[in-house]
Amino acid sequence: MSMMKSMVDWIDERYPLTKVWNEHLAQYYAPKNFNFWYFMGSLGMLVLVMQILTGVWLAMSYKPDAELAFGSVEYIMRDVDWGWLIRYMHSTGASAFFIVIYLHMFRGLIYGSYRKPRELLWIIGVIIYLVMMATAFMGYLLPWGQMSYWGAQVIVNLFSAVPVVGEELGVWIRGDYVISDATLNRFFALHFLLPFLLAAIVFIHIVALHKVGSNNPDGIEIKKGPKGNRWSDTAPADGIPFHPYYSVKDIAGVAGFLFLFALVLFYAPEMGGYFLEHPNFEPANPLKTPEHIAPVWYFTPFYAILRAVPSVAGSAFPGVVAMFASILIMFFLPWLDRSPVKSIRYKGMLYKVLMALFVVDFIVLGYLGTQPTTALYKLMAQIGTIYYFAFFLLMPIYSKLDKTKPVPERVTK
Amino acid sequence: MKKLIIAFLLATVPLVVVAAGGGVHLDAANINLNDKASLQNGARLFVNYCLSCHSAKYQRYNRMARDLGLTDEQVKENLMFTTDKIGDTMEIAMDPADAAAWFGTAPPDLSVISRARGVDWIYTYLRSFYVDESRPFGVNNLVFPDVGMPHVFWDLQGLQRAVFNEHDGKKVFERFEQVIPGTLSPQEFDGAMRDLTAFLSYVGEPIQMERRAMGKWVLLFIGVFFVLAYLLKKEYWKDVH
Repeated sequence: MSMMKSMVDWIDERYPLTKVWNEHLAQYYAPKNFNFWYFMGSLGMLVLVMQILTGVWLAMSYKPDAELAFGSVEYIMRDVDWGWLIRYMHSTGASAFFIVIYLHMFRGLIYGSYRKPRELLWIIGVIIYLVMMATAFMGYLLPWGQMSYWGAQVIVNLFSAVPVVGEELGVWIRGDYVISDATLNRFFALHFLLPFLLAAIVFIHIVALHKVGSNNPDGIEIKKGPKGNRWSDTAPADGIPFHPYYSVKDIAGVAGFLFLFALVLFYAPEMGGYFLEHPNFEPANPLKTPEHIAPVWYFTPFYAILRAVPSVAGSAFPGVVAMFASILIMFFLPWLDRSPVKSIRYKGMLYKVLMALFVVDFIVLGYLGTQPTTALYKLMAQIGTIYYFAFFLLMPIYSKLDKTKPVPERVTK
Repeated sequence: MKKLIIAFLLATVPLVVVAAGGGVHLDAANINLNDKASLQNGARLFVNYCLSCHSAKYQRYNRMARDLGLTDEQVKENLMFTTDKIGDTMEIAMDPADAAAWFGTAPPDLSVISRARGVDWIYTYLRSFYVDESRPFGVNNLVFPDVGMPHVFWDLQGLQRAVFNEHDGKKVFERFEQVIPGTLSPQEFDGAMRDLTAFLSYVGEPIQMERRAMGKWVLLFIGVFFVLAYLLKKEYWKDVH
């Protein structure tokens, strides 16, 4: 017996190493027809790891102090060896994370990956998205620029709009009556903690995925199909072992992703003011409100929804409710879709058009969220908000009306 | 129902976006960060004209020497008036409280001003001071109305007057007219301000030239890696189809 084998045996008697390897990689049978969209899950994990690693290294030189924070970021950019690279990896990584996750969610949306038996998998995913947003929001305060400061001010004030307890709630979150040093300190502490929580929920997400098995672009349950493939007699005929087939495929996906990532990092780290906002190169000044406060691009669709809803009796609370509802409504998606088929490939024209419009709607809302409000933009945001909610709330109706096509027995190429 | 939904959808079609405009027209700075002479001239202008009221407190003198192709001695003798330590940053002696009393507001640190405002804004701003007797220093700025800063380059540029036109009851800027000529011709002055803008862009992110130069090698490496990874994938997947 080789040295390696006896060592693995020694471990296997004490820890299910080979068992876990087989169940989750070497003998985890994934549908063989994954396409481009199926890169996003592994890329999301890559970016999460990258954010945690670069974040830890940034924390070694960053100072969570209202007097020093802005300067410490410039210190990292100028005086720390490779500090600029670590910082740009982290700032570009934040946007890349949201791009990858939005594409990942969109994949779930079009192929019906939220449908039975994957409801819980989807719900865990939405929780991941929420934690991600909280993490990103707190992280954005840390450079202590004007947008950091005023963006946080605006978002925390949303909580203050809650009737009765709002004022207290705002003070409780900030640790002060305005965004201040106390807020910066606690946001730094939480921004350091949450990513590890995120990693834990991602683990649970994968456990849930491997329990039910991956969906695929045809929305066919391969576990219900015929059995037997070249690796196993009992495995689904349309399944292939995740390792090595998808592990090598994902490596190519990683390379493609890193190419685009490096393109932004080395040639356009500000991404025209979308990844790093220009006003954030001005240190936070509590006495000087910027003319126009816009959150970073990944929050802007929800920010547009917030601004679209008119105040009632001078309270912005209805807008706040609409904004949170626009995210929380995703939890109910598994029960809103009543279509007999999962994948968009076999859904009818009605559903396809509505889905395409939803994409346009989300992008337009995102654009409007970056712009100052005008009468026209406000009207557009209101129409966009109505469509956003109608897409979800009317889904039980239109998904039933839709003329679907027959789903084949086996997955297609 | 279906018709209703479609009617609603058609109503959302006008959502196709129109871009918002506005603001003063900015001239393109057209800076060249690979032009060391331009950056050096910009540095000279910066330390002589700006660095008594404005600091660049994150920029080190020796870093500037290295990046601009100068020796420490050259910088010490020609460009360093506020300190005698080459490793120091570009601080100023002026107290912000005094400055606020004199100018109405403390002059901002210029370390990352090029990233906050953009190079076109800076280039246009520096060239857009015009005579306005109603202001404390006798000048106003087209890009930054009622700015607290005096026209520090008046000896180089001279003084210009702004000609406005009435358009629908609004004052619309038309052109500048030279009132007193400066020591530089308008073309020379534009060139000097371009150099200063280039220097401020450099100060905003000293690594940027190196970053871009490095980028192509990183992309080449990842590109080769992608090809190999793709070929490996193809090899493995022969089994599947």
